[in-house]
Amino acid sequence: MNIALSITKNIHDWLFSIMPETTASIVEMILTALVYLTVFAVAGLFLVLMERRVAAWFQLRIGPNRVGFQGLLQTMADALKLVSKELTGTVKADKFLYNLAPYFVIISALMALGVIPFTKDFQAFDINIGIFFLIAVSSIGVIGILLGGWASNNKFALIGAMRSGVQTISYELSIGLSLLTMILLAGSLQLSEIVEVQKEGWLIVQGHIPAIIAFMIYMIAGTAETNRAPFDMPEAESELGAGFHTEYSGMKFAYFFLAEFINMFLIAAIATTVFFGAWLSPFGITESIPWLGLFWFLAKTFVLVFLMMWFRWTFPRLRVDQLLTLEWKYLLPINLVNIVVMALLVWQNLTIQI
Amino acid sequence: MGYFSNIYHAIRTLLTGMSVTGKYFLNSRKGTITQQYPDNRATLKMFDRFRGEVIMPHDENNEHACTGCQKCEIACPNGTIEIIWDRGIDEDTGKKKKKIDKFVYHLSLCTMCGLCIDVCPTDAIEWGQNFENSVYDRTKLTRVLNEPGSKLRAGVED
Repeated sequence: MNIALSITKNIHDWLFSIMPETTASIVEMILTALVYLTVFAVAGLFLVLMERRVAAWFQLRIGPNRVGFQGLLQTMADALKLVSKELTGTVKADKFLYNLAPYFVIISALMALGVIPFTKDFQAFDINIGIFFLIAVSSIGVIGILLGGWASNNKFALIGAMRSGVQTISYELSIGLSLLTMILLAGSLQLSEIVEVQKEGWLIVQGHIPAIIAFMIYMIAGTAETNRAPFDMPEAESELGAGFHTEYSGMKFAYFFLAEFINMFLIAAIATTVFFGAWLSPFGITESIPWLGLFWFLAKTFVLVFLMMWFRWTFPRLRVDQLLTLEWKYLLPINLVNIVVMALLVWQNLTIQI
Repeated sequence: MGYFSNIYHAIRTLLTGMSVTGKYFLNSRKGTITQQYPDNRATLKMFDRFRGEVIMPHDENNEHACTGCQKCEIACPNGTIEIIWDRGIDEDTGKKKKKIDKFVYHLSLCTMCGLCIDVCPTDAIEWGQNFENSVYDRTKLTRVLNEPGSKLRAGVED
């Protein structure tokens, strides 16, 4: 029995029994949004903790281990501290846009989470253009970064924001094209359909060589998309102070910070869905217990998140020209060739079906 | 270099880097360099060249090696060391002889330059390993290094 599903079904029935249909569905939507907001705000905090512990282990340190068991409450305490801090601003800042920017970033990150299939039937919003929606929504975030940098009235913030614009526009192409390669194989944009297709082997196995190339390109572009090292030029500490969020403090800074980690989770979750069979267990070992899908999904996602952290603590930061060379001279042509190869593969039925 | 060899070298070098950091990650349990300070206070050992404070070692007979020559007092750039000395009678020869009454050391003035220790002809003073030097009362930073009733070890001056 699917526990999560039965709980949501009970609430659904109860809501529809006590109020008219329209009100009930609106209340249901609000409840879902609240649950997602809470769960992912907390999950984001734990990702921050994971990042700090992993970073510490890479550098032969210990990391935060004092607040709570093994430092589990450290980031909670940090968030509480940030809530209590003063919200500062620059004198000639564009106040409206300055205050608006963090919400753009955090809302676009949370919106995209709605279509991620966590386990069977456990998906807030299963639309038929799922992947398209994900690509579209996740690139709204850069508007928030641009607004924040522009409205801060600070040269470092502006430079950071413009770099972020350059970076996101370039790497959005690679993300789109590498996902397109996989869509050729899956034959659908709907995320639940993509998962169904993978019951005959994960797409990275089905598509073998072109799928692996697409995955590598996706991870590189995804790291760039989330503005993380080695692509962290928008907030390069040694060059720009803190980049686009130099002038932000308190909770608004926390929104930017949280959005970065939710975006990282998101990129890993999309990769899990498209390449690694989402909530499907390897070789179908736990197919009889559907709620374990959540465990498999999160396990795969955290492996990919760890991979991104590994990148971050290994590679040095790129220059802007190197960044653009990598995208336009290497990733994009390889990607285009890769799509053609994948199309040939699908046409000639050379995919591996288990 | 050609286009494809560029890609090959890029991937190979990136993987080399990742394997290095990966090894660090896997060995992080054993190789941790962080000292969890207040917890390991009992076992924490400072390194040899650590400069915490100046101490004067005494042996089991409560004897030190300070002859009261005041070279350290002269060498000290900021008056950290004050030697209060006296004249005593040497038991063997019956001559008047200089001996220290109090070796006063002001830790609050000391810059840990080490000139006093370099200049000491009898190695009477040396670096201590104590690093917890903070106190609530400033007067506690003024220390008398020779212990009460201590005297010069025989044979140091020969």
